Amino acid sequence: MIRLLMRDLKLAVRAGGGFGLGLAFFLIVTVLVPFGVGPGGALLARIAPGILWVGALLACLLSLDRIFQLDFEDGSLDLLATAPIPMEGVVAIKALAHWLTTGLPLTLAAPLFGIFLNLPGQGYLWIVVSLGLGTPALSMIGTFGAALSVGLKRGGLLLSLLVLPLYVPTLIFGTETARRGAEGLASSTPALMLAGITLGTLALLPFAAAAAIRINLR
Amino acid sequence: MSLWEYANPKKFMQTSERLLPYVAVLTAVCLLVGISWGFFFTPDDFRMGSSVKIIYIHVPSAMMAINAWVMMLVTSLIWLVRRHHVSALAAKAAAPVGVTMTLIALVTGAIWGEPMWGTYWAWDPRLTSFLILFLFYLGYMALWQAIDNPDTAADLTSVLCLVGSVFALLSRYAVNFWNQGLHQGASLSLDKEEHVSDVFFFPLLICLAGFVLLFVLLVLIRARTEIRLRRLQAIEMRERMG
Repeated sequence: MIRLLMRDLKLAVRAGGGFGLGLAFFLIVTVLVPFGVGPGGALLARIAPGILWVGALLACLLSLDRIFQLDFEDGSLDLLATAPIPMEGVVAIKALAHWLTTGLPLTLAAPLFGIFLNLPGQGYLWIVVSLGLGTPALSMIGTFGAALSVGLKRGGLLLSLLVLPLYVPTLIFGTETARRGAEGLASSTPALMLAGITLGTLALLPFAAAAAIRINLR
Repeated sequence: MSLWEYANPKKFMQTSERLLPYVAVLTAVCLLVGISWGFFFTPDDFRMGSSVKIIYIHVPSAMMAINAWVMMLVTSLIWLVRRHHVSALAAKAAAPVGVTMTLIALVTGAIWGEPMWGTYWAWDPRLTSFLILFLFYLGYMALWQAIDNPDTAADLTSVLCLVGSVFALLSRYAVNFWNQGLHQGASLSLDKEEHVSDVFFFPLLICLAGFVLLFVLLVLIRARTEIRLRRLQAIEMRERMG
């Protein structure tokens, strides 16, 4: 399983695309928003946590179809299905690799991009905390969506339609954590709910995603 | 005699054929009586005027929007556990009806909301969760459309329906946490004394029954169409082989 993780990480870094693209997309979104709403500092500071979260979510979405698609096309997914590790494990590793190449860089880059959006001082810590707690859930839910749509020709668009409604609770609690943190309010309640969602998805969704993969390979 | 007999498509077709006219007539009677009673023979509300009468469409369609999803959840589970094709096809047949009910509830709510709240749309928890439910329906139907193999499609949509139900519930409570509501509380429930005056309540009850029957009627017709379509495909395959 560790080898599979290393292989996925290597592929993501060497083959280009997924790794840098998500970050670049995130940067573009955060840069475009001030053009859209005007350069006023107070307004930007108020919407900064929400913009960072929506940007991170969209950047995450962008790289989802790569999770299984390449492996499905060149047949390595069939090999993995017959390998002596359970499909649930494969799915969990795929989600972890996706998080390490997308969620983690986004989390680390968010405070830097926060400067563009005039994020208030105490918000930097909370945006990192909330993204750190929430992005694993985004990766896991996304892996489930990718597992559902792996065999399809027009998978990409369908994938967004399937995954975005599933992202709603994570987004709500994530932005709520970051917003309350940025405004100096107590934000432990939404942070705990966010952590609960992440742990719940990590515990349950590998089974659903593995079931979907098995159906698709049948 | 057990419920599982109807898992046999032939048995299902026979029984539903006999049931259909009765259901159709009952639906028509309930809807006609309920809606015309509600629209023409109830007094105007002292504050809301005659706009209160949209309740006879809004509440039943909202109720059926949720019930349709619950029915899809149950039939999806039956398909995954017992592999009865009729069950999967019933789930497929219910989705477009459910999405229409959701849309009706949203639109009638907006029409009522403009004069009453002064806005067509507010990010109220109930409104928002209905919008999310609408998106879930769209994703579910898109997945059915996208997959060619019928068994694969039934399996994958069933898995999506199960996972989606959990997330729809989560969203419902997350949205409550996110924003305070403008929408009034439940207008109907079993454990409280009275919410709506009896004058409005009885026609509403008949409308609710009418919408339930309408849903059953539409799902039966659509399921029968799906079964016929499946038979047609089987015949075509056999002809091509032979």
